[in-house]
Amino acid sequence: MDDKTIIARRVAREMKSGQLVNLGIGLPTTVARYLPTGIEVFFQSENGIIGMAPVPAEGLENDSLSDAGGSPIGAVAGAAAFDSCTSFGLIRGGHLDVTVLGGLQVDEQGRLANWMVPGRMVPGMGGAMDLVSGARRVIVAMTHTAKGEAKILPRCTLPLTSVRRVDLLVTELAVIEPTAQGLLLRETAPGVSVDQVLAATAARLIVPDQVGVMALAA
Amino acid sequence: MNKAISAAAAAERIADGAVIMIGGFMGVGSPHRLIEELVRQKRAGLTIIANDSARPGVGIGKLIDARAVRRLIATHIGTNPETQRQMIAGELAVDLVPQGTLAERIRAAGHGLGGVLTPTGVGTIAAEGKQTLEVDGRAFLLEKPLAADVALIGCHRADYNGNLDYSLTARNFNPLMAMAAGLVIAEPDAVVPVGVIPPDAVVTPHVLVDLFVQGDHRHG
Repeated sequence: MDDKTIIARRVAREMKSGQLVNLGIGLPTTVARYLPTGIEVFFQSENGIIGMAPVPAEGLENDSLSDAGGSPIGAVAGAAAFDSCTSFGLIRGGHLDVTVLGGLQVDEQGRLANWMVPGRMVPGMGGAMDLVSGARRVIVAMTHTAKGEAKILPRCTLPLTSVRRVDLLVTELAVIEPTAQGLLLRETAPGVSVDQVLAATAARLIVPDQVGVMALAA
Repeated sequence: MNKAISAAAAAERIADGAVIMIGGFMGVGSPHRLIEELVRQKRAGLTIIANDSARPGVGIGKLIDARAVRRLIATHIGTNPETQRQMIAGELAVDLVPQGTLAERIRAAGHGLGGVLTPTGVGTIAAEGKQTLEVDGRAFLLEKPLAADVALIGCHRADYNGNLDYSLTARNFNPLMAMAAGLVIAEPDAVVPVGVIPPDAVVTPHVLVDLFVQGDHRHG
């Protein structure tokens, strides 16, 4: 199983029935494939819909129905469409239960940087700053390192997305919970030792006596 | 009053250097014929306020390709390498704004407010040059209203009075922008007789709409 699949399958287990969930572009989008049986959530897309569904059959796409990346999507029965103010009112106003976002860096204070690399990549923040500021629960889904370099750092070196402490960080090696005391190592991936996680992490990790093993959704 | 106009005549009302809001999200819900007319008429030096610049050859991307834009106020340009190229080359100024903040700044202008207070961006580089205010112990950024000379609106239907409705995610910024500009030009997929859009289904009331052009049923 590749790293991104491990991450998506672990994040999928965080979802609870009835929640309103926003998945970021890329890896987070794949979380929808691994929702455990019996768990039903509503997916919001920030371009203005609750109830997005997988792409309809070819030829049946609707020109007026896309995800936040502009790709065609479907809609479940009972879906609702609205303008950008309402969409971000849902996000900022505490009505969005969970957002899952990719990350470039997370630091010891649980702060996320995920929207630019000065001088190299400036795509813009899109909805990310609102999502991290406003969602009730923020889950960061990212690879533990990038080309051997640590992404979990004492302090982010890239511009922050928000000063808010994120709620959970899931990588292919570990599940880490940012707390007021620091980054708490909750779980390691199957076959991964605590020492391996520590070696791949530049930030200080709090290692409790009991560290669980990541369970993955099917 | 007759609000129907050709796309060419509508675009002629827009001057070089105008500040233009354009609805749409990655081209979905954008007024494509009006965009194409601005390109055809070689409009230049424009300031565009929009969610994104879509992709090269798509929606607002066509104005970028034509070098018609001097300044872009948007939330995301990652999908358009040409926008990034012009920005890095210093040919195009880009102001990046968080998406919810862009929506609220446009709404504030259209609703006569002096600004909005948002928690989004507090403590980040998005806060640079802005006032941070504390309300009941919580920090907010003061974000000022954003208005335009012209708003180009993509919509589902217009009746002959100019009442508009929208379809699914093609709605996005369109109804907000229709309240925030001096001249509002709508491009509906279909023009229908007055009364076909029931009062409860009108999203943008006709008094906001100055002109409309018949769209050509294309998105994206």
